[in-house]
Amino acid sequence: MGGNMKKIIVVGNGMVGFKFCEKLHQADQEKNFEIQVFGEEQWPAYDRVHLSSFFEGKAKDELLLAPREWYENRSIELLTNTLIVQINRNLQVVIDHLGNKHQYDYLVLATGSSAFVPAITGVEKKGVFVYRTLEDLEALKSYASHCKSAAILGGGLLGLEAAKAALDLGLQTHVVEFAPRLMARQLDDQGALLLKTKMEELGIQIHLQKTTSEILGNGKLKGLQFTDGSFLEVDMLIISAGIKPRDELARKTGLAVAPRGGIVVDDHLKTSDPNIYVIGEAASHRGLIYGLVAPGYEMATQVVNQLIGKEVKPFEGFDMSTKLKLIEVEVGSFGDALGETPGSKPILYKNKTKGIYKRVNISADGKRLLGGILVGDTSQYGMLHQFFQNHMALPPEPEDLILGNRGGKSAQGFGIDALPDSAQVCACENITKLHLCQAVQEGNQNISSLKECTKAGTGCGGCLPMVNDLLNSELKKLGKAVKTTLCEHFSYTRQELLDLIKIKEIKTFRALINEFGSGQGCEICKPVVASLLASTWNEPIVKHQHIQDTNDRYLANIQKGGSYSVVPRIAGGEITPEKLIVIGQVAAKYQLYTKITGGQRIDLFGARVDQLPDIWEELIAAGFESGHAYGKSLRTVKSCVGSTWCRFGVQDSVSFAIEIENRYKGLRAPHKIKGAVSGCIRECAEAQSKDFGIIATEKGWNLYVCGNGGSKPQHALLFATDLDSKTCIQYIDRFLMYYIKTADPLTRTATWLNKLEGGIDHLREVVIDDSLGLGEELEREMEFLVNTYSCEWKEVVENPQLRARFKPFINTEEPDSSLQFEPLRGQKIPSNWV
Amino acid sequence: MERETIFWFKAAPIHAFPIDSGACIKYLDQQIAVFNFSQSGEWYACQNLCPHRMQMVLARGLLGSCGEEPKVACPFHKKTFSLKDGKNLNGDDCHITTYPTKIEGEYLYIGLPFETSQSEKAENIT
Ligand SMILES: Cc1cc2nc3c(=O)[nH]c(=O)nc-3n(C[C@H](O)[C@H](O)[C@H](O)COP(=O)(O)OP(=O)(O)OC[C@H]3O[C@@H](n4cnc5c(N)ncnc54)[C@H](O)[C@@H]3O)c2cc1C
Repeated sequence: MGGNMKKIIVVGNGMVGFKFCEKLHQADQEKNFEIQVFGEEQWPAYDRVHLSSFFEGKAKDELLLAPREWYENRSIELLTNTLIVQINRNLQVVIDHLGNKHQYDYLVLATGSSAFVPAITGVEKKGVFVYRTLEDLEALKSYASHCKSAAILGGGLLGLEAAKAALDLGLQTHVVEFAPRLMARQLDDQGALLLKTKMEELGIQIHLQKTTSEILGNGKLKGLQFTDGSFLEVDMLIISAGIKPRDELARKTGLAVAPRGGIVVDDHLKTSDPNIYVIGEAASHRGLIYGLVAPGYEMATQVVNQLIGKEVKPFEGFDMSTKLKLIEVEVGSFGDALGETPGSKPILYKNKTKGIYKRVNISADGKRLLGGILVGDTSQYGMLHQFFQNHMALPPEPEDLILGNRGGKSAQGFGIDALPDSAQVCACENITKLHLCQAVQEGNQNISSLKECTKAGTGCGGCLPMVNDLLNSELKKLGKAVKTTLCEHFSYTRQELLDLIKIKEIKTFRALINEFGSGQGCEICKPVVASLLASTWNEPIVKHQHIQDTNDRYLANIQKGGSYSVVPRIAGGEITPEKLIVIGQVAAKYQLYTKITGGQRIDLFGARVDQLPDIWEELIAAGFESGHAYGKSLRTVKSCVGSTWCRFGVQDSVSFAIEIENRYKGLRAPHKIKGAVSGCIRECAEAQSKDFGIIATEKGWNLYVCGNGGSKPQHALLFATDLDSKTCIQYIDRFLMYYIKTADPLTRTATWLNKLEGGIDHLREVVIDDSLGLGEELEREMEFLVNTYSCEWKEVVENPQLRARFKPFINTEEPDSSLQFEPLRGQKIPSNWV
Repeated sequence: MERETIFWFKAAPIHAFPIDSGACIKYLDQQIAVFNFSQSGEWYACQNLCPHRMQMVLARGLLGSCGEEPKVACPFHKKTFSLKDGKNLNGDDCHITTYPTKIEGEYLYIGLPFETSQSEKAENIT
């Protein structure tokens, strides 16, 4: 068999080179090909598109497209850290930097591109970076730790992404652009202006029409000198001025190279040498370089099809639409965004207060969508892009596309059903609507199996909302009820299960699954049921240890390395010196890493499972209680010092915060709950970022609800004003209980409100006007939970049987020696996560 | 396939294990997670190490099923593994080792691969 195998060498193990390996291995059922891949970088191919997530703490190996074993398991020989320096076309060999020769039958160049660095005097200075590889980002990150400010040279797509990264690194960030507007190729003046305003609101300074004449500094950069005489002082510079295809190998071996760079290929992605293909960013096709992954993936598929002898359509170019990610400002641009097609007619929509700009360009005959721009709201991007890409006929009133149907004749839906079967839904993997519908009909009836089967949504993920819509619409057509059921074990929603538990007085998971579910449960339904049982019966959660997630099982937060952290409750953030000393003593005794949390309390890290009951015994003896930091439950009610001390304070915020925190402590909910009370309008307790926030007024309290910090911050909304303390608590009782009863699992109040039909008005009606007649019931249920509260740690400490469960091994008393720590600034931290 | 030789390590009395959940057994330097389903009386054993982030935690994961397949979910990132064959059920490449179990008397035994280097110590323990 082996003798007839053709040898394929892939130069470049980037995104496209990887896709080629994956596709060829999949297609080559008869094992006609042997694949050898060379990558210059030290890691196997990684997800360059999501490179910036490295700054959000993503580990390097999480970015890998596949681990090394993936290649091994498929007998693909991967040589990383290996640069190919020469091609000898006569002998059909490539030569690596060590001088080793490798024979090929077919050569696939997937060498990508490097960052283009303009020839400005001083670019070689220390502190100047590009933004292309993991190595670049590592270097950049470590340098940034000594910097206060950064400039990004280039206000294009990538430059703005780099700017956001710099901002997240805590740097004062400047974007320097030579053109008169940002994203000059994708946006028109109005769109770009709005984007600029939004970037400035984020704290990024934009400098337009600036040409850099020199990078100043003595060895290390100090700032940028512009041709107009102005100077920008910065500590570092990230160049993002475009890409330069890696065509040096091709040049050396005499293959045609385009005047502006890139290896020239024909519509079959072949070079002038019939045994050499080029795919990805290194290729110049009909004079164009494609700086996106989707066209590269399409090229990879094309070449694979040719190699295995499948019929192929010539490569005819590719749509360069873009939806900007990661910068918190929604921007989309597709097709002929600037309306450069002769006769094209623009339709514009601008809403200054909301910060939205939309533009679509319609063909001269009014029948086709040529392209468009969306800034501030890209919710219609998917649909518009479909109209554009599939040359779909436009509705009679094309402005409906961006304005929505404004009454009158019922406009036909632009929904998913209006799409033709040939519509491409996933551009990265080139998956059409038909593909997806067939997969659903063949039995892939949930999103994960649909993704696994078709690969749709596994690239950039941008099409997932649409894939989901398609799935639901298709299921409906098949006569299947689309219901957000919990998981395979329960075909009920969380809310339905709560009702069942109540009505049938079910007190254990086993009873519930036997009666209303199937199978053995899983990591999704077990914690949800545990939470429902707690919200209904308020029995100590230790009774249901086997269905709790590890944090609730051990009543502590699991940390890297498998140790736990301990957080005693410090209601309202008020603590006596004596109690503070006890915390210090306990921490010192058990050598716990100690840190103040954002919720005004103290977190003690690094406890072994078997130490937890001992630690708590000491804390409880000193009058502490569990802080429930491990639970989906009330965390803290933060407070500012208020009228007792503060000369501005108008109410006693600390006393009220303590009262409220003690009222709701231990309350189990669909997700964690945070509160705050501020003593005056200055809002030092940041109440408007909490699930419920209270701000003192001269007359009483203003109540805010459904705020959220975290990755998607959302301001709380003003719910009611000038309340007395009793009414304020009554409203919070009703509000929280209504949330507990109706929210989906793992949904914070902010997200719950966003999905709640009728929004804040509906919530006011239920809570204040008692429109559903639920008010008393909600209060009664809350009262029951408040009255039945007990500290679960006290329970454990006093119960030898429960205590015995806190040990690492069943068969020996030895401690777990796999826990490893190392020192940092006088404390300990876990040894690194592999 | 070559037949592997195993020996039966006498782990612990069955009443020592929490029901419908997991616990950890230590054998020499090895940590083994043990799970039981109270209704069917099935017992499973696998490595305690989650291969995703190399953390010794699987015994503390939630036990469950996926179709007919018994599984455990790692508490860190919710990677799930079959307790029958150790396959990663999220479709990733990392799998885990599982071990046979049996109950004799009131004791749980775990079938571990018999390595000559460990034979002496093993005998001392069993
Ligand atoms: C920060 C960032 C964000 C991006 N965001 C998006 C986005 O949102 N959407 C999108 O579609 N695209 C995006 N892109 C572009 C996308 O990453 C590229 O289009 C894609 O990576 C191109 O794939 P490639 O395989 O052609 O090149 P690359 O991924 O660059 O891979 C080429 C590889 O070949 C290696 N190589 C080169 N020469 C040799 C040699 N002689 N010997 C051995 N190895 C060699 C290189 O070291 C490199 O690892 C982004 C890029 C960056 C940098």
